[in-house]
Amino acid sequence: MDGDHACCEGALAAGCRFVAGYPITPSTEVVERIAARFPSVGGMFIQMEDEIASSIAMQGAVWAGAKAMTVTSGPGFSLMMEHIGYAAMTEAPCVFVNVQRTGPSTGLPTQPAQADMMQARWGSHGDYEIIALCPNSPQECFDLTIEAFNLAEIYRVPVMIMMDECVGHMTEKVVIPRASEITVEPRHYTTQKPEEYLPYKAEKNSAPAMVRVGNGYRFHVTGLTHDERGYPSTSLEIHDRFVNRLIDKVRNNARQIIMLDETDTADADVVVVSYGITSRVAVKAIQAARKNGINVGHLRLMTVWPFPEKRLHTLASHVKAFIMPELNMGQMYLELQRCIEGRAATYLIPHSGGTVHNPDDIYQKIVYAARHPRKKKETAK
Amino acid sequence: MSAKNPRNQYLRTERMPNIWCPGCGLGTAVNCFISAIEDCETPLDQISVVSGIGCTGRVAGYLKLDSFHTTHGRPIPFATGLKLSNPKLKVVVFSGDGDLFAIGGNHFIHAARRNMDLTIICVNNFTYGMTGGQVTPTTPIDAFSSTTPYGNIEEPFNLPFLADCSGAVYVARWTVFHVRQAARAMREAMHKNGFSFIEIISPCPTLYGRRNKIGDGLKMMQAFKDNSVIADETDTRNVALDFRGKIICGKFVDREKTSFLDMYNIKMAERFGPFYEPYEGIK
Repeated sequence: MDGDHACCEGALAAGCRFVAGYPITPSTEVVERIAARFPSVGGMFIQMEDEIASSIAMQGAVWAGAKAMTVTSGPGFSLMMEHIGYAAMTEAPCVFVNVQRTGPSTGLPTQPAQADMMQARWGSHGDYEIIALCPNSPQECFDLTIEAFNLAEIYRVPVMIMMDECVGHMTEKVVIPRASEITVEPRHYTTQKPEEYLPYKAEKNSAPAMVRVGNGYRFHVTGLTHDERGYPSTSLEIHDRFVNRLIDKVRNNARQIIMLDETDTADADVVVVSYGITSRVAVKAIQAARKNGINVGHLRLMTVWPFPEKRLHTLASHVKAFIMPELNMGQMYLELQRCIEGRAATYLIPHSGGTVHNPDDIYQKIVYAARHPRKKKETAK
Repeated sequence: MSAKNPRNQYLRTERMPNIWCPGCGLGTAVNCFISAIEDCETPLDQISVVSGIGCTGRVAGYLKLDSFHTTHGRPIPFATGLKLSNPKLKVVVFSGDGDLFAIGGNHFIHAARRNMDLTIICVNNFTYGMTGGQVTPTTPIDAFSSTTPYGNIEEPFNLPFLADCSGAVYVARWTVFHVRQAARAMREAMHKNGFSFIEIISPCPTLYGRRNKIGDGLKMMQAFKDNSVIADETDTRNVALDFRGKIICGKFVDREKTSFLDMYNIKMAERFGPFYEPYEGIK
């Protein structure tokens, strides 16, 4: 099956029973399959009037007890930004799928890109943290969709699945395990009584327990800065504590959240850092380079946000050069540079999208980096 | 202190005083809503209130019910998700004219078209109160606002007509002067199975009344009393409001139509046959 369909199956396996969406290439196959599958499994799919409506209908469903998702591509993702912020602010566990296509604006609707990576992280206004995953195969579209729902429940954050057109439309074998072999994180409901429950009281670095509408808790949810009761507050102290918790629950759990796929990095001189479809192209270049005696490794980001800063920092102590191919003009590369802090050379292989890299471009850069490992600036310590 | 106001049990009294200005009609609109839910067959725990942004957007936060203060213009799609996941809920959207008909206009017509089982209460004060009195899609021609300093030149929406022709099964308009009628309309609307709409004309003395020389809250209320004409079943094409003209009030539409969820279950049962288990919400 293709990646879009695998994403639908992953959502079903994760317990998702509400999807609101709006058709947009190249993500449409996800919702088409959901529209066909949901009525027979007790789920509800609704095609809303636009992506703004889809991304908030999903959140209404969450508070009524559903695991919920919305699916889109770049132009729709742009419209969803206000509700990524709302989900972050209200701590609504939900999943946004973005099957990336080329932009800006309408761009190349049926062609791949990875150019919404920074938008996923920073697109809504204000300070918040999200989690974003990047599958590179239909199998991972299935697996990481389940993971996305699980992470959403644990940390009560919007989780993005940053696919791309290639992965979404690529057809490969997908193994769907038995339900008993799939780990599904249930919603964490409070055990407290209505009179003692505070909807936004949480331990440091964690999310509060939830309640479900209609169960007598008579709780309030707002996008305004709110106190532990969920009531709006203009106290700067409450605001500071609240924003810090939103940030800390992701940043301080980064080690538990981040999934990486590393090959031959332990003794590598050069490491290619990649994600999504670009990682598949990079593998070909890496194999060719190793065959020619270059000590090159591969670090594939399955989790792109939070960015694996600690791991990259550690690798920079022995790796001499990092190379990052991505289907954009330099987005995650900025993060790579930030984490390496000039301790090794860093090379971007940009691409304006529409197709994938030529593996030879990556190969040539590996060869160049192996010969020019020290483009580095001395960092004053 | 004397005995507590019996209506306090429906309010988050710990959040009082509210943020609304003296003379604002929102307190009266909330009071009408409390009257409506007091006599409603639905248990209070099964009633949710969803608001958007603005002065009316604050209603949700003052009612002691499951309540949601959502994003600007989006209470209707939020309410749609809530209702579809738990159809047992009575979901009431309480929001203002700017929220529901400017930024949120698209959501309104589509929810009405689908006949989503929601009750929409629009408090229409002809202005954006929270942001300082700007023109809205309901501001009458010639009315002054902070962004129409030479008078409004745009044709306003006739809200009952918009609701009617978009497919609403219940459409009524009252002013905050008509408290009993408004409360009754809210109760009736909540009992409808489908998209119901009530426009509540309400004074914003601070930013609309004063600027347009109508006067303070009391004077505005007097104007509503003097200018209102009660005429149930009036064709909604004929209930448009103009600057100082008559305010036609009443129940304009009350009809039966299959709601979204009923249609869903009917059609799926047709497709899937006798083995189809009717959808009754997310388990």
